[in-house]
Amino acid sequence: MAGQNRVVITGIGAVSSLGLTLAKTWEGLCSGRSGIRRIKAFDPSKFSCQLAGEVEEYRIQNYVPKTFRKMTKLMSKDIELAVIAADEAVRDSGLITKGIDEQKINVKPERMAINIGAGLISCDPCELAPAVAKSMAEGKFDIKKWGKDGLDLVTPLWLLKYLPNMLACHVGIIHDIQGPSNTITCAEVSGHIAIAEAAEVIARGDSDIAIGGAAEAKVNPVLIMRQCLIKRTTSNHNNDPEGACRPFDADASGSVFGDGGGIVVLENLDNAAGRGARIYAELAGTGQSACINSPYEHIEPDGKGITIAIEKALAQAGITPKDIDLIIPHGTGIPQDDLAESKGIEAAMGNEIKRIPVWPTKSMLSNTGAASGGLDVVAAICAMRDGIIPAAKNCQRIAPGCNLNVVKENTKTDIRYALCCGYTYGGQTAAVILKKYEN
Amino acid sequence: MEYNQKKERVVITGMGIVCPLGHDIETVWKAILAGKSGVDKTTIFDASTFPTTFSSEVKDYDISKFTKNPQLHKDGNRGSRFVVGAAAQACKQARIDIETEKPADRIDRSRMGIYLGAGEGAANHEAFFGAIAAGWDDQTQQMDWAKWTEVAEEKMGAMHELEQEANMPAAHLSMLTGARGPVRSCLTACAASTQATGEAMTLIRRGYADIMIAGGAHSMIHPLGQTGFNRLTALSKRNDSPQTASRPFTASRDGFVLGEGAAVVILESLSSAKKRGVPILAEIIGYGSSSDAFRVTDMHEEGRGAIQAMEAAIKDAGISYKDVNYINTHGTSTAENDSIETKAIKAVFKEMAKQIPVSSVKSMMGHLIGAAGAAELITCVLAIRDGIVPPTINLNDPDPQLDLDYVPNVSRKTRVDIAMKESFGFGGQNNVVIVKRYEA
Repeated sequence: MAGQNRVVITGIGAVSSLGLTLAKTWEGLCSGRSGIRRIKAFDPSKFSCQLAGEVEEYRIQNYVPKTFRKMTKLMSKDIELAVIAADEAVRDSGLITKGIDEQKINVKPERMAINIGAGLISCDPCELAPAVAKSMAEGKFDIKKWGKDGLDLVTPLWLLKYLPNMLACHVGIIHDIQGPSNTITCAEVSGHIAIAEAAEVIARGDSDIAIGGAAEAKVNPVLIMRQCLIKRTTSNHNNDPEGACRPFDADASGSVFGDGGGIVVLENLDNAAGRGARIYAELAGTGQSACINSPYEHIEPDGKGITIAIEKALAQAGITPKDIDLIIPHGTGIPQDDLAESKGIEAAMGNEIKRIPVWPTKSMLSNTGAASGGLDVVAAICAMRDGIIPAAKNCQRIAPGCNLNVVKENTKTDIRYALCCGYTYGGQTAAVILKKYEN
Repeated sequence: MEYNQKKERVVITGMGIVCPLGHDIETVWKAILAGKSGVDKTTIFDASTFPTTFSSEVKDYDISKFTKNPQLHKDGNRGSRFVVGAAAQACKQARIDIETEKPADRIDRSRMGIYLGAGEGAANHEAFFGAIAAGWDDQTQQMDWAKWTEVAEEKMGAMHELEQEANMPAAHLSMLTGARGPVRSCLTACAASTQATGEAMTLIRRGYADIMIAGGAHSMIHPLGQTGFNRLTALSKRNDSPQTASRPFTASRDGFVLGEGAAVVILESLSSAKKRGVPILAEIIGYGSSSDAFRVTDMHEEGRGAIQAMEAAIKDAGISYKDVNYINTHGTSTAENDSIETKAIKAVFKEMAKQIPVSSVKSMMGHLIGAAGAAELITCVLAIRDGIVPPTINLNDPDPQLDLDYVPNVSRKTRVDIAMKESFGFGGQNNVVIVKRYEA
């Protein structure tokens, strides 16, 4: 961000259906694996889409200090995913917070900020079921009985598991982050915006270090049903999980949802350089706009709001499309949204669109809702670090009208600037440009 | 780069509100100055058997008074529908054209953004509870998901599901205003719209936008919301006297009163406001955000996070604590908040603490949760305008431990040049915004 405090990324962490660590997630992406499977969390046999990207089992106690183990009872899966990804990112950065080692703290808690994007967390229907069972009258749910009898069976701290701000609160308590704290709730573009805003907090001088990113656990019957009802899911790949999510492919028929978390440690360049930190990338520019359409389940057909967001990010980074070496788009596999996004990106990139490799990740990671931007930023940093763009999966034949250069095979290449962009139902759009760090 | 370099002064050029005390600024302000309560029996759902049977509801709201396209917003959740009304009022005052492809206001839409602190829409409870009831076998404690799915699929409507998402109030404002600048939504519990307003100010200062439509929208007056708060024992249970239930700073306070509504302020760079020649209502000069990093269940005992947020806002504003003439508290009427907030104010304002009028609008309006901060910030601007500060009503048995000047029961005439609005969210996210009388 020219003319401001420069902001760099010094730590990265991820949890996804490809693995509980960033290393496993990245290895899966590089080998073209998909984390999408038949849903195990509940019996999905009557759902139109029976697939999801679920994270494998884990013990959350292993990711928190001993003194915090009791607190894990108050964590929904969304919170846990944020805690896991943040733990990895903080360790990776070399920063020692209270949560890493209370004896060797090397940060100032009041100069740390946190901004974790979150989805609208749905509770587990089974958790409320005994209370519902107590509230039946003549075979029907009765709100009067709920108020009188059912309600008492709901565990007293129930609500705290499901407030979206609790991702930032738990991570903030574990790592003793006392500076600015926010929870971006812009659905599928939350992760992009949370990282952008975390960088702004540093750039404007309100903190030296910020945890930014997002997490969401989409594999919940209410949330999957919601996406099925809005008709954003694919329903004709239930026997072909690996091939189900097909961003920008001519045979795409909808998205597949899943769990994930992607978190980065952002830092004032002087702070990072001063402590000799390994610097992955600089946050060069961000931009934001809206692409609301009416009716509003899908985005506007020309993706203009995506174009505006990208143009703003380019301007802030002080670069032109010629400088971009990689684009990670939102790419959900929903044909009309993919087409709109493609048009929006093309309009921003002009002729350069023919050259720039485009690498959608959701065919492998699934659509992790709020976490999408966090995971994509982390993936872009890995690509930059290793000088490799993995092959896109499930895009054999590009959809008509999508003029994107979707990468066909793993490609070794030097990436100086990478662009991650996104949009969501509800219309918010965002673009984040990362620059390989050069002294 | 210079620390906290401020390129642009940011002013307020429009305000709008839809809350339990009314659906426009002047009606609400009159009610507040008269010390009226908006609290009554809950009618949105049958709460008659709940531990708390009352709330602070928006009554008789007619969205068609504010939009020529009510159909477009018909599926919107309560927060979305309220915020359409609040934003329409604010835009009118700030001379921003809405609902038009060809605005004549000469505002570049890519330089106009939205930042809301907004909450979820209510679930369709018939579908939500009905599906659980259909699938659950209480003997085996097992869910038959096939049966659950059948009812869920039939009863849950696509649009109703979509409208539950927390970013949808911002979506409705996108449609209303055509804003193409940064559009953000945050949900830091009870501090959300104070945070949204503060962050929106920083976006203008940093040159990301010329105008931000900022504020909040929320309604948690739904069975699951009330269940959650009742189980946390956070709500007042004064069922025999709803209008006196919200009684911040009293010895007999027993919890907050759940409210709902929306509030919007138009923030604008001073240069844009001057160029457009729009009246300036106040200047927004400071913002501070912090986290308790303590417990998700409780505030930090000494109010560490609250103190840090207040001090950060004062520093950001470039003023001294001695310059603040009025503090609009979070003042929820819970045992914990009111005593810790008092402690925090004393720590920040030192010898001045007892001389500054501090009051809680929640005593009248209830707690609008995500929308609370912006609604209450508006009363700070009006206090500056009219030289009168809102009272804390129902303050008849002061808590002997709490000894600030809470403006008990009757609004008070006093000149206010600088006012502070503070909000503290469940989980420990604290946000403070400072507004000032505009001087050229």
